[in-house]
Amino acid sequence: MKTASNFLDIKDVSTAFKINGHYYDAISHINLQVQHDEILAIVGESGCGKSTLATTIMGLHDPAETKISGSVDFEGTDLLGLDEDGYNQFRGAKIGMIFQDPLSALNPLKRIEDQISEVMDYHTSLSKSAKHDRVIELLNQVGIVNPERTARQYPHELSGGMRQRVIIAIAIACKPDLIIADEPTTALDVTIQAQILDVLRDIQRENHAGIILITHDLGVVAETADRVAVMYAGQIVEQGTAEQIFNSPEHPYTRSLLRSMPQRDNENDDLYVIQGNVPSLQKMPSKGDRFAPRIPWVPASAHEEHPTMHEVAPGHEVRCTCYKDFTFPDEKGSVTE
Amino acid sequence: MWKTILRRFLIMIPEVIILSLLVFLLAKAMPGDPFTGSINPKADPQQIKHLMRMNGLYDPWYQQYWNWVVHLFHGNLGNSYQYQEPVTRLIEGRAGNTLWLALFTMILTYVFALPMGVFAGRHEGKLPDTIIRVYTYVTYCIPFFVILVIGIWIFGYVLGWFPTTGSISSDASGWLHTVGSRFYHILLPGLLGALFSTVNIVQYLRSEVIDAKHSDYVRTARSKGVPNRDIYLHHIFRNSLLPIAAFAGYSITGLLNGSIFTETVFSYPGMGLLFVNSISYRDYTVITALVLIYGILNLLGTLLSDIILSIVDPRIRIE
Repeated sequence: MKTASNFLDIKDVSTAFKINGHYYDAISHINLQVQHDEILAIVGESGCGKSTLATTIMGLHDPAETKISGSVDFEGTDLLGLDEDGYNQFRGAKIGMIFQDPLSALNPLKRIEDQISEVMDYHTSLSKSAKHDRVIELLNQVGIVNPERTARQYPHELSGGMRQRVIIAIAIACKPDLIIADEPTTALDVTIQAQILDVLRDIQRENHAGIILITHDLGVVAETADRVAVMYAGQIVEQGTAEQIFNSPEHPYTRSLLRSMPQRDNENDDLYVIQGNVPSLQKMPSKGDRFAPRIPWVPASAHEEHPTMHEVAPGHEVRCTCYKDFTFPDEKGSVTE
Repeated sequence: MWKTILRRFLIMIPEVIILSLLVFLLAKAMPGDPFTGSINPKADPQQIKHLMRMNGLYDPWYQQYWNWVVHLFHGNLGNSYQYQEPVTRLIEGRAGNTLWLALFTMILTYVFALPMGVFAGRHEGKLPDTIIRVYTYVTYCIPFFVILVIGIWIFGYVLGWFPTTGSISSDASGWLHTVGSRFYHILLPGLLGALFSTVNIVQYLRSEVIDAKHSDYVRTARSKGVPNRDIYLHHIFRNSLLPIAAFAGYSITGLLNGSIFTETVFSYPGMGLLFVNSISYRDYTVITALVLIYGILNLLGTLLSDIILSIVDPRIRIE
């Protein structure tokens, strides 16, 4: 039996990309843990480093163009210390990855069956017919209506939702302990989104897998996640359980994000817009709170010089001290101080 | 897949008809008549007119076209003014030579180009890639006939490794000797032709491999734990070969056109040399026949391209 322990422990991981001969951190000093039977959601806007974190765990970066430090402890092995062959023992077998764009993530020239059974070619010693049976079983599991027919088809003959299901089938073919889903529903319409999330949850329950769900869609997070980590500009700015993040968000960025979500009971038609932009990699400040320029009304003294994580409740951590006296400008008058 | 091929083949029929019409009308538009040069210049003009009427040259053009087509199907392409021989016999004797040279050049081209293109793409930016790129740029910049002349000068005259003219040595006897001599004669023109025609394919393949390397489906394959070597074998290679396969039929066309240069420079008795000679002697019947044959071969080349593509790419098959 698998126990509810941290089987994935990401410690102090930084990934830097080479741009014009210099290395710039895309993610810096990430600390995260994932347990069995848990969905950890990583949220943040485009360019905050969510996908970089996922591909770092999978070891999919070109070593000539990236510099990675820290450690990713997966069931007792430091993945970042592995060579290519060593990594291939984990990829597909113990860690499955679901990619963002189902339209381009499948090889256009191979039949669906071949693309799914390819994972098993490298990680199992199943016979040809056993692999075929498993492919059909997997296609059933991800909710494909006519699996025998789909197995014989090519990607261009399938709809986007079906292709995403096939990609999920590939990711779970060898019953991995960890599934990394990088924006699995972004390219799909809302009804398909819900079905895909259901499929993911079912699989997780069945295999006791841990899931890292990367998304910018807070609706998806609210629906599925057990724990949430909020990323901004390559750093984790807040993490906690889904209830903590949604019911008592502390960091100004988390609060801004939640406020920019459409609310049913909001009479005001205007959505909240966070002013400014995520700084580019080259312009990332070396010290101070990276979110400070986007909340200029908060005095500089409220921020830490080198912001660290502070525990505000058991399991609920927030970066920097500025959350203590943060209010939105239009709330200023109404808040009693 | 058979449906696609059959449909593609049916499309070719009107293409051939239009081609033959164009060639026929072009030939009609040329100055002179079939008796120019083969009849006594002092002959009675009335008699010539009678001869022309007898031979159907005053018939409406569609009637003449129809007669011409009927003759074509009977293998009658007329007589050459220059050689006073049936055109079919002239071409018969030379088509084989051109075919062997083109085939040999094509095989050499792919033998050189495929590994070079994949290798350059795989080691993008490194030294071997740079060397291959320099080779392709330099070769691409030099006109083909200059390459041929330099090649003949170095390997034919200075080093004396290869014969510089003809398709077979005059003293060749016996089966083995004949084949060997023929092969020896196409070696240098074939190599030089391949040197030139690899350039496009190498450049194409290199950029396709680089594209495929960064594609999402390759990332998916890597996330499955597929080793690098197999990723190249099963994913990158086949996908980047698609445009090359599509190009294969057209490259036959290119070789035929290139044969005009090669055969002229090497005095190699093939259709290309015949074509150039016929043009300089205004040998209209031969020119017409060769334009028609080259045209049909071009159509066959594109047909071949489409068939290859429908075999390798499931996306363009008609179900």
